[in-house]
Amino acid sequence: MFYREAGQYKTTYEADAAIFPIRQDRIAMAVILAVAFVVIPLTASPYLFSAILIPFLILSLAALGLNILTGYAGQLSLGSAAFMAVGAFASYNFVLRIPGIPLLVAFAAGGLSAAAVGILFGLPSLRIRGFYLAVATLAAQFFILWCLTKIGWFTNYSSSGVITAQPLEILGYTFATPQAKYLLVLAIVSVMALAAKNMTRCNVGRQWMAVRDMDVAAEVIGIRLMRAKLLAFAVSSFYCGVAGALFAYAYLGTVEPEAYNLDLSFRILFMIIIGGVGTVLGAFLGSAFITLLPILLSTAVTFLDTSLHFTIASSVASNLELMVFGGLIIFFLIVEPHGLARLWQIAKEKLRLWPFPH
Amino acid sequence: MNFIKQAWLGLALIVAASTAFAQSQQFIPILSYRVGPYAAGGSGYFGGAIDYFNLINLGGGINGVKLFWEECETEYNAARGVECYERLKTKNGGATAIEPLSTGIAYGLFERVAQDKIPMTTFGYGRGDSADGRVFEWVFPIGTTYWDQAAAMIAYLGGKEGSDNKLKGKKIAYLYHDSAYGKEAIPVLEALATKLGFELMKVPVTPPGNTQESQWLQIRQAKPDYVILWGFGVMNPVAIKAAAKVGYPREKIIGVWWAGSEEDVIPAGDAAKGYVTAAFSAPGTNFPVMQDIVKKVYGPGKGNLEDKSRVGSIYHTRGIVYGIFMVEAIRVAQEKYGKGKVMTPTQVRWGLEHLNLSEARIKELGAAGMFPAIKTSCLDHEGSGMVKFQVWDGKEFKPVTGFIAGDRDLVRKMVDESAASYAVGKKLTPRDCGKEN
Repeated sequence: MFYREAGQYKTTYEADAAIFPIRQDRIAMAVILAVAFVVIPLTASPYLFSAILIPFLILSLAALGLNILTGYAGQLSLGSAAFMAVGAFASYNFVLRIPGIPLLVAFAAGGLSAAAVGILFGLPSLRIRGFYLAVATLAAQFFILWCLTKIGWFTNYSSSGVITAQPLEILGYTFATPQAKYLLVLAIVSVMALAAKNMTRCNVGRQWMAVRDMDVAAEVIGIRLMRAKLLAFAVSSFYCGVAGALFAYAYLGTVEPEAYNLDLSFRILFMIIIGGVGTVLGAFLGSAFITLLPILLSTAVTFLDTSLHFTIASSVASNLELMVFGGLIIFFLIVEPHGLARLWQIAKEKLRLWPFPH
Repeated sequence: MNFIKQAWLGLALIVAASTAFAQSQQFIPILSYRVGPYAAGGSGYFGGAIDYFNLINLGGGINGVKLFWEECETEYNAARGVECYERLKTKNGGATAIEPLSTGIAYGLFERVAQDKIPMTTFGYGRGDSADGRVFEWVFPIGTTYWDQAAAMIAYLGGKEGSDNKLKGKKIAYLYHDSAYGKEAIPVLEALATKLGFELMKVPVTPPGNTQESQWLQIRQAKPDYVILWGFGVMNPVAIKAAAKVGYPREKIIGVWWAGSEEDVIPAGDAAKGYVTAAFSAPGTNFPVMQDIVKKVYGPGKGNLEDKSRVGSIYHTRGIVYGIFMVEAIRVAQEKYGKGKVMTPTQVRWGLEHLNLSEARIKELGAAGMFPAIKTSCLDHEGSGMVKFQVWDGKEFKPVTGFIAGDRDLVRKMVDESAASYAVGKKLTPRDCGKEN
């Protein structure tokens, strides 16, 4: 009933090729964007902005980047956090060493630096596949962090090897409040998500999917493997790089290379596995699951403890959170191995027929 | 239906009651970590702090104001720590002060605490230049920073040789965790090497550091007179065992205080005998305050540590010292702003800046010898800079020195320079301490 597209005729090619061909989807998307851009900034608390929404959006962007590489182009990577680090440290150095550079340009340049490094570490993908490639990208993870710790120039010879992000200033306006930072991050993420969605629907995206499904066949029909794979690495690393820069500038403020460790790479990989490999929506759903659920669980435990006086020893509580979280991951993977995005797709199909399934 | 209604009503009442109950108490958020690779440190430290807070509450609180805390699990992860901070900072009438016990989380909070006007303590870690209270108004590395600790280590080695000047021509290896934490001490050690004329040999270990064969081979070839071990977690016992394997005497290895807990030496077994480490507090249960905790807190089963054998361990006593600093800062603030009142973060900040724990006061607290005298000021947020050295005899840590300080003038000069350049980068105007009251 809700997704009945009866009566919605597509009379032009543009209408047929639209991102959201169904009117209900368009309305829903418009509502979501309106809520995100208008309602939330007016109503949410600083805690919600700086502890939940900003990291959620930034990690969604990183997951989106990895999803382009792993989900669409089929190249498994364990180096996402390292590419984020490249983006952050490069942006820092651009702002530091080129006086007067606009911040957004510095972010883009940071992303491009990450893309260049991504291409370099993507080269092995021309020869190796699957788990072997994952190990090769693992090298990126270790090598890049080692480089950033080892070479003082990257951190401007900071004695402890950390960088302190410069103030977020664009066109004379300083993004200092959590609300302003949230809006900036949201704008960047929205634009980049739209770009990603379009990229996956056009020629480039089809090439990636062909390579993912069977690279020999893709080569036979005239897709240049080297170009397609390296482009996927470049675009993916660009997304991760921008996410890394935002992670430093809009979220943590002062970061050491260790903040972009292997653990973060794994978390980003889990996000796309749980969210749905090869979907844009999946990156957001997965990021919500991985970043928000632990917070929800720990709030629930505190609530039980302080308000219901249902005392749990704090050491037990911390471990309980991890166990419940792990249990939920397994539950969702058993219920729907293709991720949360697939669950949403099934729900959509059901809603289409509801309440008359036959 | 009626039942559900009643249940909700009851729930609402409980929530209302508990918030009202909280407002008359001093709220201290606790960003602890009890899971993950550093759980041993986190559970001991925060367990100690909670034990001391419990002891204070049993005695009627601070001039009648009871302490109230809520824990949040950070997993030693910067992002989780920031979330915990944001969650707890406005709860229960506002956070009093924050202690993340993690360099990474502290870095993520540096600017936030200045913006939110909540004091952050970083007892015994980085960053070194935050001792300058003019630039870092809201950060308190009370006790000792890594920089002063490194200087004290050199002073200890100088003492062993007879005098600082006898270190001339000696070779000291610096075996460090290759991270922000490990690199923190290098500038001070390099400055001291130039000043005293010893040779500094830097040997980085890639974290987590569970293989160190090549590093120890290098050390064996170079035959340094001493090795400073600046490790963390699994790196420490591995280093001690590797030293035993290449036959380097453990008596010549000096560990940083994150390499100086029972958890660091017991896994190394007999190889750790004779190994010396720095410490900013003394362990054991003989102090009167520890006796009180054993009797009044653990006696009725209210202790925070599940494993009672850890009472009085290094991390546990360190946590108790943190508890003492916090409580004393609140007490000092109350003396200025009104006894028996709940202090605001700004008032607690004043308290932390005017902490004056003389030997006599420490004795009154039942902690004589547990930590050195502390006197903070607007200019000096560190207040002491003294470090104790202890040796592992195979069963427990025994003190080898009292609290000693290194070349504090040299360190202070570096603090001033580094803090000033931070202020320039951040476009901050340092406070004028002459105008502070």
